[in-house]
Amino acid sequence: MSTIQVHASGLQTTVQDLGRNGFGPVGVSPSGAADPISLRLGNQLVANAESAPALEMMLLGGTFAFPEAAILALTGSDFGAMLDDVRLEVGTSVEVRPGQRLRLGPTSSGAHCYLCVHGGIAVKPFLESASTHILSGLGGFEGRALRKGDVVRIGSTTEPFRKRAIAPHALEHLSRRNVLRVTPGPQADWFSESSLRSFYAGTYRVGEQSNRMGLRLEGAVVTQRGAGQMITEGVSLGAIQVPAGGSPIILFVDQQTTGGYPKIANVISTDLHRVGQLRPRDEIRFELVTFDAARSLFIEQEKLLASRELIRE
Amino acid sequence: MRTSTTDNAQFQPASDQSLLVHFGQQITIDAHQRVRKLLRLLEQEPIAGVRNLNPAYCSILISFNALQLDHGTLEEILRGYLDRLDAMQIPEGRELQIPVCYGAEFGPDLNEIASLHGMTPDKIIELHASVTYIVYFLGFVPGFAYLGELPEALATPRLDSPRRTTPPGSVGIAGNQTGVYPFATPGGWRLIGRTPIAMFRPDRKAMSFLSIGDRVRFTPISAARFAAMENA
Repeated sequence: MSTIQVHASGLQTTVQDLGRNGFGPVGVSPSGAADPISLRLGNQLVANAESAPALEMMLLGGTFAFPEAAILALTGSDFGAMLDDVRLEVGTSVEVRPGQRLRLGPTSSGAHCYLCVHGGIAVKPFLESASTHILSGLGGFEGRALRKGDVVRIGSTTEPFRKRAIAPHALEHLSRRNVLRVTPGPQADWFSESSLRSFYAGTYRVGEQSNRMGLRLEGAVVTQRGAGQMITEGVSLGAIQVPAGGSPIILFVDQQTTGGYPKIANVISTDLHRVGQLRPRDEIRFELVTFDAARSLFIEQEKLLASRELIRE
Repeated sequence: MRTSTTDNAQFQPASDQSLLVHFGQQITIDAHQRVRKLLRLLEQEPIAGVRNLNPAYCSILISFNALQLDHGTLEEILRGYLDRLDAMQIPEGRELQIPVCYGAEFGPDLNEIASLHGMTPDKIIELHASVTYIVYFLGFVPGFAYLGELPEALATPRLDSPRRTTPPGSVGIAGNQTGVYPFATPGGWRLIGRTPIAMFRPDRKAMSFLSIGDRVRFTPISAARFAAMENA
């Protein structure tokens, strides 16, 4: 079985696939790729099922050695990857010869970069998924981020190498945006008119304390109309909850499954992958759309992702 | 915002791919039973396109795939499920014991809670171990059970600023709830003790020690017993 040797881990490199759904009743959050579209595209580039596990790197990438031949692709943000001494662009597949070394650095765009390998990353699934949930130490590679010296196994490979690239029009459609579209949250009417106005008019900065569990936002404080007491309830991916201090938090892939803070809005499914590319200090705004509009946008995006013209050979 | 009601249940879109079903806005045994019944029905007869269920005190969040379902269609299907709830039988919850070593390094907030309530630490322990709690649901992190209700005299607000980490097995109280932290997670509940029982273990058939609807009692144990059980 082929392997990847971890020579440097990067800031937080974890095994992720499209997450584990269906275990909410035992308090298990879905986890999965922060930017699932990049993961799906990367897997298409290397002839994997689009849900195959890959390595997700955050802000600063690692250094990896390949003792055996491999087919790989990088997607998501550009971490300045070098394959030996050749610059490796994101969004194309490449054949790696035995003994080559892939070195990634700090991001020059968004938060996450995906290293997809033909055959996928092989780890023992936990509740039907390879995704890592760091907080509980479950899933992925020993339930944790990779460390220097780790040896990660690659699943069995079947396909010969083919040069593939993501079509430019697709990349453009899925590119970074600083306006996140949202639908009203279940407790939107708990907030005062003026708070709602400033929430939608204002610019928020992604805080340093942000991670895969949640993105803490700094900006206009939003206040509740009265002193309503929330009863803890299930929270959906991309929910924007507002704790007592009034600074919103976007709940993200490793989120708690239930929560007791009112939710002012919820990022639409079509823009969730963009949340996954936000870095600390990025500035964002929110734009309110209807549930019907959100649904249409999602269906349109999924059509694009299923189209044959997405990947060019 | 769209909110509609049927037979004491309210529907509300939470996101473009999720719907909240509420059984009122109060923590009651009746609402809890309805949550359990609907959860059971949804697990026995899954709806195509539903991805996940997040039960809570008096609600279930239902996440779905928008390529297969929309809020309106899901609501229609759920109305049919809700009509059958009254006729449904659910098994009584199991009776379980959780041994707890209270106070000292096991429960760093015990003394403060005691002085907040003007009671001795022993009285706090006695009260906490005096009643049977219901597992209303599991949430937050894997295996974390929301247990209620605390004896009224014990109700205590959360810490002003949450701890960055809590040792696994820590028993906390917050408002009129109590619970056990399965993992070293940040937490704002006040800690009164620790159990040597692993609340969530992926290598166990029933990964979570507790299930929704279980009945739980805490039994005080000594530090020596804690050490013996932890090493067992």
